[in-house]
Amino acid sequence: MALALKSAFFRAQIRAQTISHRNPSLISPSIVRLKSSTVMASLEVAQTRSISETFSKLKEQGKVALIPFITAGDPDLATTSKALKILDTCGSDLIELGMPYSDPLADGPVIQAAATRALAKGANFDSVISMLREVVPELSCPIALFTYYNPILKRGVERFMTIIRDIGIHGLVVPDVPLEETEILRSEASKHGIELVLLTTPTTPTERMKAIVEASEGFIYLVSSVGVTGARASVSARVQSLLQDIKKATSKPVAVGFGISKPEHVQQIAEWGADGVIVGSAMVRLLGESTSPEEGLKELETFTKSLKAALP
Amino acid sequence: MATSISLRNPNVSLGTTFPIARFASPRSSIVTLRMPGESMACPPPLATTAPSAAVETVPIGERPDRFGRFGRFGGKYVPETLMYALSELETAFETLSKDQEFQRELDGILRDYVGRETPLYFAERLTEHYRRADGTGPHLYLKREDLNHTGAHKINNAVGQALLAKRLGKKRIIAETGAGQHGVATATVCARFGLECIIYMGAQDMERQALNVFRMRLLGAEVRAVHSGTKTLKDATSEAIRDWVTNVETTHYILGSVAGPHPYPMMVREFHTIIGKETRRQAAEKWGRAPDVLVACVGGGSNAMGLFNEFVNDKEVRLIGVEAAGHGIESGKHAATLTMGEVGVLHGAMSYLLQDDDGQIVEPHSISAGLDYPGVGPEHSYLKDIGRAEYYSVTDVEALDAFKQLSRLEGIIPALETSHALAYLEKLCPTLPDGTKVVLNCSGRGDKDVQTAIKHLQL
Repeated sequence: MALALKSAFFRAQIRAQTISHRNPSLISPSIVRLKSSTVMASLEVAQTRSISETFSKLKEQGKVALIPFITAGDPDLATTSKALKILDTCGSDLIELGMPYSDPLADGPVIQAAATRALAKGANFDSVISMLREVVPELSCPIALFTYYNPILKRGVERFMTIIRDIGIHGLVVPDVPLEETEILRSEASKHGIELVLLTTPTTPTERMKAIVEASEGFIYLVSSVGVTGARASVSARVQSLLQDIKKATSKPVAVGFGISKPEHVQQIAEWGADGVIVGSAMVRLLGESTSPEEGLKELETFTKSLKAALP
Repeated sequence: MATSISLRNPNVSLGTTFPIARFASPRSSIVTLRMPGESMACPPPLATTAPSAAVETVPIGERPDRFGRFGRFGGKYVPETLMYALSELETAFETLSKDQEFQRELDGILRDYVGRETPLYFAERLTEHYRRADGTGPHLYLKREDLNHTGAHKINNAVGQALLAKRLGKKRIIAETGAGQHGVATATVCARFGLECIIYMGAQDMERQALNVFRMRLLGAEVRAVHSGTKTLKDATSEAIRDWVTNVETTHYILGSVAGPHPYPMMVREFHTIIGKETRRQAAEKWGRAPDVLVACVGGGSNAMGLFNEFVNDKEVRLIGVEAAGHGIESGKHAATLTMGEVGVLHGAMSYLLQDDDGQIVEPHSISAGLDYPGVGPEHSYLKDIGRAEYYSVTDVEALDAFKQLSRLEGIIPALETSHALAYLEKLCPTLPDGTKVVLNCSGRGDKDVQTAIKHLQL
């Protein structure tokens, strides 16, 4: 939060300087003071904690985080904006927002289809950012962006981080960048106060898992099964032992994702000791495949509440 | 298995000291390749003299370094789930490349099953066609990869990887395919070695290469149509990667080109480098020294790397790759990745690729399915960047002309992919001094392309 304050003040100064640069006659201390108080006022509305802080708070309260995932732009950006608000008010502790991409190789058919629909509708990085700029100040929970690496490279890592930080994004998940390739991402992310979340999976050997959990920020994303995203009938029992192994290696929070689609799953994973549960395809399907956006939003609300109820 | 993770800034250059000025720009009309006054006779009959004195070698960065990088290109940009399988594969490959028994087994299969070594054929009438009015001109040779079992170079890699998969105890094989040649090669080796085989092919590609689809099924493979994205090779590759992510513990992914995450670009190149090795020996036998110019078509880049690799360190040898310009590079409908692409990450590797302003991967276009890939192997990106290899492109129309021309002049029907390399000879030959030895990789035969050709050619 301190970081958010600092950068907001910095931005206010820049804005004040810009104004005075354009019109020298406007140089006046009162303008700067006015800007600062406006910034303070807007800060009181948009008080989102960082991801780490969110988890710390939940731990104090003995709670497990509910982390929904939806794809931006499916069925359309206006619906995504409404969906984010609904997810927030229904008790989500953190929301993952997926940027639609042409070749999502970690994603199964549901999220692939959502990405294709979103792209066909014209969603792109700029339009998603514009949508977020409007809605993030109204959310009480932090947002983490889920994107593949190429769109980040396209803009340049530094510029990408600046843009997302500017609109109040707190975290980033990049599924096609393994630990060895994260050096630049991590250094730019940390310069901009973005937490880069890393993934560990059932095929990751223990020594490697330890290096990953050491480097991950915000939380550790434990992939529940060997595969791509997509609802599964049940959660693999391996998750329990994987959680135990990770907990031996670190005190950082661990959230489990991929395949989780029912309140029973969510409850089971919470019982096994996870600090958070990520639900993606099940949410995406509700929104994208319903008879109308309004219907989809209603179903999303009901579903989210049922998941929240299953969690401590 | 203890894995030490060390992190290295991939943007730190590996210090290539390759003299870029050595290579004449494509626009210069005179290319000096040897000392003036040195005469070149017509190709001599089979000589028994030993190869000429050792060629001067040039320092180039590691290809690849131990992170799988060629300069800033390459790497392993894949979901975490695949990382262990990739390192397992790398270890297995390194071990097997030193294993004499494995090498012997592989050599035996290449000889008795694939039909190697392939001839280095002097294309007499093609050479005559490019001979200038004053009687001078280059000497054109075709490396006959089209004579391999299954009709293309693809089988070299398929055989090597199938043997590797068996050693790893994997019984299920998956592959992606564009033209179908790699799919056919994979289905072939799976039949030969008794492995379960699943081939992913874009629904659009399945239509234009129906003969290869039938062939794969006849060989016992399951061909799965990919309907996502643009329904072409890039989508089939993405789907194959997803299958591998899901089934990594039982499955080996036989990637068909020098693209993808490390160790694939290196491994696939090594399985194809026999093309270049044979060429060196055959050139020495035929005319006493290395070729002057190597030409090959570039889609993902496997046949080109197979021919070039042996000669990368011989600075005297010019390396030319030819991509597909489709309807023309200005048209936006092409697959000329190295000419028109930007650096990005696709299918696990950092390389040049065709992308839009938003960083989405675009659908390329080429009349030849095998060149219709929006990426390119990272090693080619590297060779281009350091100026070691030159890359040009040729349109659909030019390729079709070359397809017809080789058929008429030499009685060899080339694949449409190969036709791109042949088409570049139109621009190349007039610039070459008398007697320049050109070896063109005849990477495949064109029987599979007659359905496409019929639509476009008036005969």
